[in-house]
Amino acid sequence: MAKRIEVSGLHAYYGGTLAIEDISMTIEPRSVTAFIGPSGCGKSTFLRTLNRMHEVIPGARVEGKVMLDDDDLYGPSVDPVAVRRTVGMVFQRPNPFPTMSIYENVAAGLRLNGVRGKSKLDDVVEESLRDANLWNEVKDRLGKPGAGLSGGQQQRLCIARAIAVQPQVLLMDEPCSALDPISTLAIEDLVAKLKNQFTIVIVTHNMQQAARVSDRTAFFNIAGTGKPGKLIEIDDTSTIFTKPQEQATEDYITGRFG
Amino acid sequence: MSSSLGTVSPVRRIKDRAAAAFVWIAFALAVIPLVSVLWTVVAHGIHRLDPTFFNFSMNGIAGRDAGGGAYHAIIGTLEQVAITTVIAVPIAVLTAIYLVEYGGNSRFARVVRFFVDVMTGIPSIVAGLFVLALWLLTFGFQYSGFAGSLALTILMIPTVVRAAEEMLKLVPNDLREASYALGVPRWRTICFVILPTAFTGILTGVMLAVARVMGETAPLLLTIFFTKAINTDPFSGPQGSLPTFIWDQASDPNQNAVNRAWTGALVLIALIMLLNLAARLVARRFRPAGR
Repeated sequence: MAKRIEVSGLHAYYGGTLAIEDISMTIEPRSVTAFIGPSGCGKSTFLRTLNRMHEVIPGARVEGKVMLDDDDLYGPSVDPVAVRRTVGMVFQRPNPFPTMSIYENVAAGLRLNGVRGKSKLDDVVEESLRDANLWNEVKDRLGKPGAGLSGGQQQRLCIARAIAVQPQVLLMDEPCSALDPISTLAIEDLVAKLKNQFTIVIVTHNMQQAARVSDRTAFFNIAGTGKPGKLIEIDDTSTIFTKPQEQATEDYITGRFG
Repeated sequence: MSSSLGTVSPVRRIKDRAAAAFVWIAFALAVIPLVSVLWTVVAHGIHRLDPTFFNFSMNGIAGRDAGGGAYHAIIGTLEQVAITTVIAVPIAVLTAIYLVEYGGNSRFARVVRFFVDVMTGIPSIVAGLFVLALWLLTFGFQYSGFAGSLALTILMIPTVVRAAEEMLKLVPNDLREASYALGVPRWRTICFVILPTAFTGILTGVMLAVARVMGETAPLLLTIFFTKAINTDPFSGPQGSLPTFIWDQASDPNQNAVNRAWTGALVLIALIMLLNLAARLVARRFRPAGR
């Protein structure tokens, strides 16, 4: 239920602009990898190349290789829709479907992919909501609109929705940046729990959060505005935060810039 | 009451009052014609608002005769507008989906958008003349309610395209991405996420367009022709309609005919209001839930 991601020589473009340049890294299964770095350094762009969401933006394209165990995500015969079913994603802002109830939101991924059968859906919805630490709060109002929940609950609903389709990898793009500290704590607890099942990649601009939740940390940086983002280094989180190899990493984590 | 924060200066107070007065006057000016039209139509139309009006046609009834009704016209209008809606709405909504979800800023999408704008500006009589020239004279079909529907379709499509396009654009991109990220194909995303989210707005746009074409007279005169008798088959022979009924009766100098014209106008307004009401009830069921 969890796969290793190996990226080599990856470039991503928006139209003619090179957004991230020559990134290679290995993301270990059943662990949490955090991406940190200043704004505009390409960490979100890189994250979106891992489930082929980058190319949804008009004019955006990717060069390089992303291997999910033995499968090349950018292979010529690969269906991006199938990739996204295997590599799930949680976004910065909670985005439950406004026309759907809590139940329908969680079941959406399965239903829209043609899964029928109420008892199966019931089971998946309950299990996903339990995994997302939301079941106890919503079990009596599954028919109510998902948009009626609080921000933190909505984000956990979105996580339940993402894990309901049983992905191998879960990408999280600053999932706590729009949330209060209590909800953030709930999400962080959830990440720690989910890493037993999934490979988790989390983008964060909060270094304390990276230190708290991740096993490995990758630091991205840009040489200046308009320049492409690059991976500076990736290592065990404790190493990055105590004795990083690169001066730029140390400057960033000690708050000298960023 | 002077405090360290100061008081509102007299000049600002005067400007505030002046602006408020201006807004109220503008509001009153806008409402006067609306109320006046409604009042006039109700006051004049009430005379003939009787069962006869809804149960009889004008067959064998001359302008000076009392009695007679608009049964044939009501049937005609409902059939013609229903056919128009059935043809125009799918074409228009699919066009809007293309423009927003697929076309983007491509050359073809820009061309389509341009011609939709051009179509919006077509005078309704030109749409009627077009159908007359093509459908009736070139292809040789006879006058029918369906020919009228074709003319109305030309008028309805651009309005619905614009409304639907605006509504689809309002659907947040977050929702599309959320759906794609679940591994949902694009067409399913459009059918099950985007369209339901935009449904209420699209329905409102459709109702406005229906209201617009329901009152069109000129294109119908050229395409459904004219009859005093009941013709329930929209595909063959001249058919009545409320706008042409009103036009015919109002141009007759006899008071009995003029009274029928007023009641026809009242019924037309009431029909549009009823349809709007029904649409709102439907929309309420599909409304995206608020926070």
